[in-house]
Formats: sequence, structure tokens, C-alpha cells
Amino acid sequence: MKSAVVVFPASNCDRDAAVALEQVAGEKPKMVWHGDSELPPVDLIVLPGGFSYGDYLRCGAMAAQSHIMRDVKKKAEQGVAVLGICNGFQVLTETGLLPGALMRNANLKFACRPVGIVVEETQSKFSRRYNKGEVVHFPVAHGDGNYFADDDTLDCLEGENRVVFRYAEGDNPNGSARNIAGILNEKRNVLGLMPHPERVCDPLLGGTDGTRLFKSLVEALS
Amino acid sequence: MKARVFVTLKNGVLDPQGKAIGNALHGLGFGTVGEVRQGKIIDIELGEKDETRAKATLKDMCEKLLANTVIEKYEIELRK
Repeated sequence: MKSAVVVFPASNCDRDAAVALEQVAGEKPKMVWHGDSELPPVDLIVLPGGFSYGDYLRCGAMAAQSHIMRDVKKKAEQGVAVLGICNGFQVLTETGLLPGALMRNANLKFACRPVGIVVEETQSKFSRRYNKGEVVHFPVAHGDGNYFADDDTLDCLEGENRVVFRYAEGDNPNGSARNIAGILNEKRNVLGLMPHPERVCDPLLGGTDGTRLFKSLVEALS
Repeated sequence: MKARVFVTLKNGVLDPQGKAIGNALHGLGFGTVGEVRQGKIIDIELGEKDETRAKATLKDMCEKLLANTVIEKYEIELRK
């Protein structure tokens, strides 16, 4: 599996994503700067966590307008897999590749802790190595993770089994609608999620629940 | 020409910051305060003399960048 990680100014999980990808795929991902206009040919594009452009205007709003995003959008429409983690998820909603928006956490507090995540959907390139209904633990680290969409959109996401990850009951860190933590686009090749699977890929860092997300991708895309 | 763009959350979208401001105002003794909603103001200088064209350009800016129309609404005010 060939992959690329997009680096925006103030991305801060790009290296974590690269390390996790290399560990699982056995191949170093290409690091692509936001000012570049084209991505190399890859099977997976990762938009990493962080605070791109200092979260100016709205989280992900400036990154969504960057040069490289035009090519990310084009490749996503062609079917290339795109994984947006945390700020990457915000960028995906701002670009329109995923529906809805990520708003300020309902309690106005930055949430930074491991949370229980229910794997709701395993029929996807991103989650096939998990068991349906399984609870895993990924850390969250965000101030704007409160997923919002109108009821029709939420019903559509659920009806089409596009909610892949949900915060476990009672463990919703941000007030997200219907406990949504991660969703797919209609073609199921774009996943955005607020929690950080790339931070739990090594037992030394407190767990390995995230590894199977990357293993799923390697299996599906190699 | 100068313009002022107001970006606020749509009605019905939860505004936790507005709520916190409201609570703080109550704490300060402003007992008559009801619901509080907050937003942002963006001032823009525009090299354009025609008002209709200016408004159209600003609307385009709002739709493409200044507001996230999933959750926000906007108002445009032209200033002399």
C-alpha cells in the first residue's frame, strides 16, 4: 500500500501518522506539503491531526482552500482512499468531502483523554479488521469535535451504515450528535474521525487498538 | 468601498459560547438577560465602486469561505 500524508502549517500528528503507517504497511509514506499542487500516485491519502493555519476562521477552513486540497478532492472523487483524523476530519467537512460540521465542544473544554469507541460498521476499507459492536479505546485531543448535521443527514448516515465509529454511551467527550465519532462518505472511500487511532499503535504508548485500522487499509488496498 | 460581514450560528444550532456568556452576565447581576448568541464580524476593504457587484462578490466570499453554511448564516453591510 502506497500512502501519502499531507502536511499543513501547524499539523502536529503528521509524524505519528507516518510512523503508524510505516509500522503496519512496511513502507514509508510520502510527506506532501500543503503548497504542492499534486500528490504522487498513492492508494491512501492521510490528512493528519493538528491545528492547521492556527485554526483561523474555523478549524480546517483555511486548509480546505490550500493548493493540495484541490488534488485531494479530485483523487477522492476518483476513488482513492482518504483518511482524515481530528483536524483532518474538520478539513474534510470544510471541503465538502464529508457532510456536516464540527463545532465547538458543547462544554467548551478541550477534551484530551482516551475514550471508549464502539465500532459500528465493519464493511469498510477502514474497519474490516474490527468486530461489529466491539469497544476500542482511542485518545481524543480536540476543542472542536462536536459533530453537527441536520436530522435528514444524520438519518441518511445511519441508514446507509456510514457511521463507522461512535463514542460509547456515557463517554461522549464533545456533545457530538448521536454520539458520532467517525463517518464515511457515500462512496465509502473517505473516512473522517475525531479520535486518534495513530496514537495507539504501540504498546509503549498505551495500547494498540488503532493498529487494526491501518491493517484494514493495508489489507483492502494492497 | 468597505464592507462588514456578520457571521452567526443559524437559529437552532447550539451556541455553547453564547450560553457561557449569558451565564456570566447573570453572574454579574444582569438579571434581565435572556438568550445570548455570539458570532464574528469581518471587515473587508474592496476595490469596487458598484454596490450590486460588491454585494455579489461578498456573497460569493461568504459561501466559499467566510461562513460555513452548514451551521452559520451571514449578513452583509456595505459602508461608505
